[in-house]
Amino acid sequence: MGLFLAGPIGYCAYIAFTDLQLTGQAQSSFVGFDNFRTAFGDEAFLNAVWLTLVFTVLSSLVGQNTLGLALASLMQRASKPVRTLVGGVVITAWVLPEVVAGFLLYAFFRREGTLNAILDWLHLPSQNWLFTLPILAVSFANVWRGTAFSMLVYSAALNEIPKEITEAAEVDGAGGWRRMWHITLPMIRRSIGTNLMLNTLQTLSVFGLIWVMTRGGPGGRSQTLPLFMYEQAFQKSMIGYGTAVALLLLVVGSLFSLVYMRLLRMEV
Amino acid sequence: MPTGLKFPSASPKSRRTNRRLAADAGLLFVAAAFALPLAWVVLSALDPQANLQVKVPDGLTLDNFDAVLKPDITFTPLLNSLILCGGATLLTVVCAALAAYPLSRFRSRLNRPFLLTILFATCLPITAIMVPVYALFVQVNLIDTMQGTIFFFAASQLPFAIWLMKNFMDGVPKELEEAAWTDGASPLQSLVRIVLPLMGPGVAVVTVFSFVMMWGNFFVPFMLLLTPDQMPASVSINDFFGNRGTVVYGQLAAFSIIYSTPVILLYVLVARRLGGGFALGGAVKG
Repeated sequence: MGLFLAGPIGYCAYIAFTDLQLTGQAQSSFVGFDNFRTAFGDEAFLNAVWLTLVFTVLSSLVGQNTLGLALASLMQRASKPVRTLVGGVVITAWVLPEVVAGFLLYAFFRREGTLNAILDWLHLPSQNWLFTLPILAVSFANVWRGTAFSMLVYSAALNEIPKEITEAAEVDGAGGWRRMWHITLPMIRRSIGTNLMLNTLQTLSVFGLIWVMTRGGPGGRSQTLPLFMYEQAFQKSMIGYGTAVALLLLVVGSLFSLVYMRLLRMEV
Repeated sequence: MPTGLKFPSASPKSRRTNRRLAADAGLLFVAAAFALPLAWVVLSALDPQANLQVKVPDGLTLDNFDAVLKPDITFTPLLNSLILCGGATLLTVVCAALAAYPLSRFRSRLNRPFLLTILFATCLPITAIMVPVYALFVQVNLIDTMQGTIFFFAASQLPFAIWLMKNFMDGVPKELEEAAWTDGASPLQSLVRIVLPLMGPGVAVVTVFSFVMMWGNFFVPFMLLLTPDQMPASVSINDFFGNRGTVVYGQLAAFSIIYSTPVILLYVLVARRLGGGFALGGAVKG
């Protein structure tokens, strides 16, 4: 019974992932590992790998994660209306469709956009962000869009810490930073692990946001791996090459996924 | 972080108040930064002369909404979105229920590996498989068809839906079903007549969540559909940039609002049910 019902369903979920190998081989079986060899000799590919790394570290590891934790811990002691307001705004940014979020931030970072208007008003130098620092702009965009997730994870984790422990530490004279470092962080370290993992996986597959904001440009300076893959496969019609890149991306994703499962098993 | 600040006033109560004020201030600052882009879309939609900056509108108008509320700009894409996401959601929920039931009710040696596979699949970056899926769809003639896209949408959403569904199903006590079984009900009957009605809110959450995820998805229809008439709103919104000449930001903003409203409403609907954890109830708790 379990097999009979789960079989076809499992196959549905499964086909999405195996056809990769089928078509991958169908397209590239004649060239063997050539696609991969090409990739590692291709400067545009290496550039995309580097940008993906920058994008992931900046927006997911540093941005979403840290900001999410900061928001969650501030919310622990903020007043209720403020909490509701902040939660509402941050979560709205998260729920918005990807493309809409892309447009909003495009408008924000454009030369004539809001950010520069604010900088002018503060008499700070403004610049064409999407042109001079495109990868930074899309990273910020990703932080804007993705922080809600970390915030929710950390809020849940912080709520589970027994009040007595923090209070005892406070009585013993531990300051805020020390409490954070010695008590809170160790206690929520599993949540930190899973959150980092999920953030990273999310960020690896971001496409729409960057596509809308910069199309990977100018000159490939915000072209992360998904965009590079798209360009090779469709704009340059090298499906085999694109698939090879996809496969590499998938392998990286799988590695993260496996680590994530190990973390969960520790928890279960 | 305000806990790091030192307040000289000694009494614990005033210290706590100070701390709360500092936390409020910090949060409000972040909220303002997050709200700026959102403010742009709302203000521009009502502004007859919208540009890319957040500014007080030069007079309020609904012209932008008027301009986009036309069949080819708004209604067709939204209808396409509805068909795509509705169909895929239906398929997802039905398959997830059928798959979650044996996982939740019967002990089997396959359960654990199956669940781990699902968890693994949930985490994979969907973006990475779109190129091969495109190639496959070309070969089996599903490219540029609604049903093909619906099918893929459902397949990509299923792992997480099964996971979530199983967790909700585990919360339904088994005794009632056992009674039904002694009365001669088949497992399928007891699933449809007893378990699913009892876990109504859980089913609602899975449904809404799947729908919201697909409604916002850009890459999948962008790759798998080619005919402009079939494009859902997530892709057709691009037309405001390229194909219609100069960008009318006010209309773009108005369309964004129309397009985003359903998912925000749906989210609000289920958010309370899921508490703060939302998607995490399933994914993080294991």
